[in-house]
Amino acid sequence: MNPFVDLADFQMDVLKEVGNIGAGHAATALSTLLAKPIDMLVPKVRMLPFEEICESVGGAETVVLAIFLRVEGDAPGNMFFIIHLESAKNMLQDLIGLEVQNEETYSELELSALNEIGNILAGSYLSSLADFTQLNMQPTVPSLAIDMAGAILSYGLLQFGEMGDQALLIDTKFLEGENEVQGHFFLIPDPESFGKIFSALGVGAP
Amino acid sequence: MSLDNLIKVGMADLNVAHHTGVLKTTGLGSCVGVTLFDSRTKVAGMAHVMLPSSDIAREGTINLAKYADTAIPELIARMEKLGATVNRMEAKLAGGAQMFAFAGNNDTMRIGPRNVESCKEMLKKYGIPIKAEDTGANFGRTIEFNCESGVLVIRSVQQGVKEI
Repeated sequence: MNPFVDLADFQMDVLKEVGNIGAGHAATALSTLLAKPIDMLVPKVRMLPFEEICESVGGAETVVLAIFLRVEGDAPGNMFFIIHLESAKNMLQDLIGLEVQNEETYSELELSALNEIGNILAGSYLSSLADFTQLNMQPTVPSLAIDMAGAILSYGLLQFGEMGDQALLIDTKFLEGENEVQGHFFLIPDPESFGKIFSALGVGAP
Repeated sequence: MSLDNLIKVGMADLNVAHHTGVLKTTGLGSCVGVTLFDSRTKVAGMAHVMLPSSDIAREGTINLAKYADTAIPELIARMEKLGATVNRMEAKLAGGAQMFAFAGNNDTMRIGPRNVESCKEMLKKYGIPIKAEDTGANFGRTIEFNCESGVLVIRSVQQGVKEI
């Protein structure tokens, strides 16, 4: 009983484009910050069971660094910027020349810098999306956590939890050079937001 | 512990075991892991509860394991089929964390504590005592429940391994 199972191909394409535009701007912002080229993969738009969403970042128990923020406004939703731990350290080194002190723990300064990166990236993702759709979308203050992927991601699935055991997410993976920085942008619009996104872009709601 | 007797409990899922086996659920954040144990008949059950109440459900067929108010009765019923008796059952709780701190917390952000409260209310209704709990705080947990001993092992990234 899920309203999104029957999403038409062209609607999936629209959501893919949403991911493309948002993540494209965010990747450009990241590339400017790090003064390095950042590549991104074509966004994947998928309706996935909760368990599989965790699998896409390496499993429910994989420890990841996540910056989470809630999108407020016309089309509310949840947004995650997920970086693997080694990538986060590399990113810090590139950005502010911080030497990796300890693989396991992060200093106050490192966390603050990462939070700010998340803030900038999410901001550019959302503002480009708001321009594109003419919808009002504002990010809340980002919040950072380093923990098991399952524990973190389940937070973004609560709104879908009321409707079924699957969630639709727009997943964009980005890479720097060979493999130094790897991460994901997840945009999980609330179930009610899809209709608004579709009608803002002039395609029929599901 | 061999992998053969590891029984996985997914997100918004529940399962039971008799005599042998280890019930395991991974990555509990705001979700709550509830375990019930009847030590005489060695019947154990675990539920991975995601939301406090089925009142808010908007799905056609409710997934009973997802909501605190439906998961606990279902778990008890499944355990009774294996010979457990409700007045011998003891509960343990883990999870219900608040993973992200926000200014101006709304209800969604408080989901962890609400899940815990709702589970406790249901347990009270059935008169099941809570033997131990490791709930709240701001970190994720993976739990394994041994169906022979009734020991619950809790792993977390920050706090290491703990047994309750």
